[in-house]
Amino acid sequence: MSAAYIARATDVAARALGGEMMIMSAKDSTLFTLNPVATIIWQSADGNTPVAAIVREKICAEFDVDPMVATRDAESFVNDLASHGLLIVSNEPIGRTKPAQGGAR
Amino acid sequence: MGDLATITSQEVMIEIGGAPILVRCESPVRSESLEFLRMLEGRYGGFLSPNSLPVFEFDVELMPPGRITNREEISVRLEQGRWLIERGDLRAEWDQNARRGLIVQSANPYSIDVALRIFHSLMLAREGGLLVHAASAVRNGKAFLFAGVSGAGKTTISRLAPPDALLLTDEISYLRREEQGFVAHGTPFAGELARVGENVQAPLAALYLLHQGPENLIEPLGHSEAVRKLMENVLFFANDPELVRMVFETACELVRQVPVYRLTFVPDKRVWELIV
Repeated sequence: MSAAYIARATDVAARALGGEMMIMSAKDSTLFTLNPVATIIWQSADGNTPVAAIVREKICAEFDVDPMVATRDAESFVNDLASHGLLIVSNEPIGRTKPAQGGAR
Repeated sequence: MGDLATITSQEVMIEIGGAPILVRCESPVRSESLEFLRMLEGRYGGFLSPNSLPVFEFDVELMPPGRITNREEISVRLEQGRWLIERGDLRAEWDQNARRGLIVQSANPYSIDVALRIFHSLMLAREGGLLVHAASAVRNGKAFLFAGVSGAGKTTISRLAPPDALLLTDEISYLRREEQGFVAHGTPFAGELARVGENVQAPLAALYLLHQGPENLIEPLGHSEAVRKLMENVLFFANDPELVRMVFETACELVRQVPVYRLTFVPDKRVWELIV
């Protein structure tokens, strides 16, 4: 999994509000509130950056967290969102670049 | 002259939330049409606006009482550019671009009420507004919304409203996003009070999520919980990802602009001392 690439699905609405990122499946209206680590993963899900690189270069660089724990948590989060159709997971770059949605206002 | 004097209009203009909608009924049995339209005039009395320019027109085709479609549950969908509503007692379809539609139902006031609620919910979704399962009232020039599922206290708090509060609705609140912020409009969509709201509008000052409890208490909600609770109370029926996204964006924007509280209240009139 940590070598996998992830991209945000298209049928997703996202919005940063009061320091929290919320994302919602436009298909079934499932709503998630992301913690700061999950927000970084979400915003980095550009289809071209492997999960392992996101964990190593962004999460471990910003938070005082054990890399093994960070990897495990990231994989759990990705699996959760992927199961709701909010993230696309692939063993190869997904090739669809899109600016991060839901910038703070 | 005698004939001209007895000619009665076969249409009514119902303006809710500043959106005049012309409802026309030209049944082959003229008396049937007129009786139906007079029934609508009675129901939507404070919201009739005969001189406005309609933003949309519906023709109503009256059928004998009975099932109009075989659908048990309501279905709202977009097919080949036309919106369709189907329920046992109702079939409605319209072309948003042509601004015309057709409602097929028996001569009752409830089916068209459902069609109008859904029509407004879809129109508002595109325009950055919301229909919310909430009572609302205007006090001191400011609008307050009281949202909650059935049994949360919408009817109770509406019934307890003091004389200086204008009730916009006890059931379905109508919010438009305008330049200066969100504005609440009165609606004729009544709940248990069976009382049509006042046809007035005011800037939205606060949204309260209702809970009945042992004491009166107001607690601010965080943004994410506020969005979640608001979304739970938004009336939206269509399975349309683009509109769902718009509704979510509007809910987020409302929470950004308007304070949201949990209002726990004892069902007596003292709760209104907190709503100012």
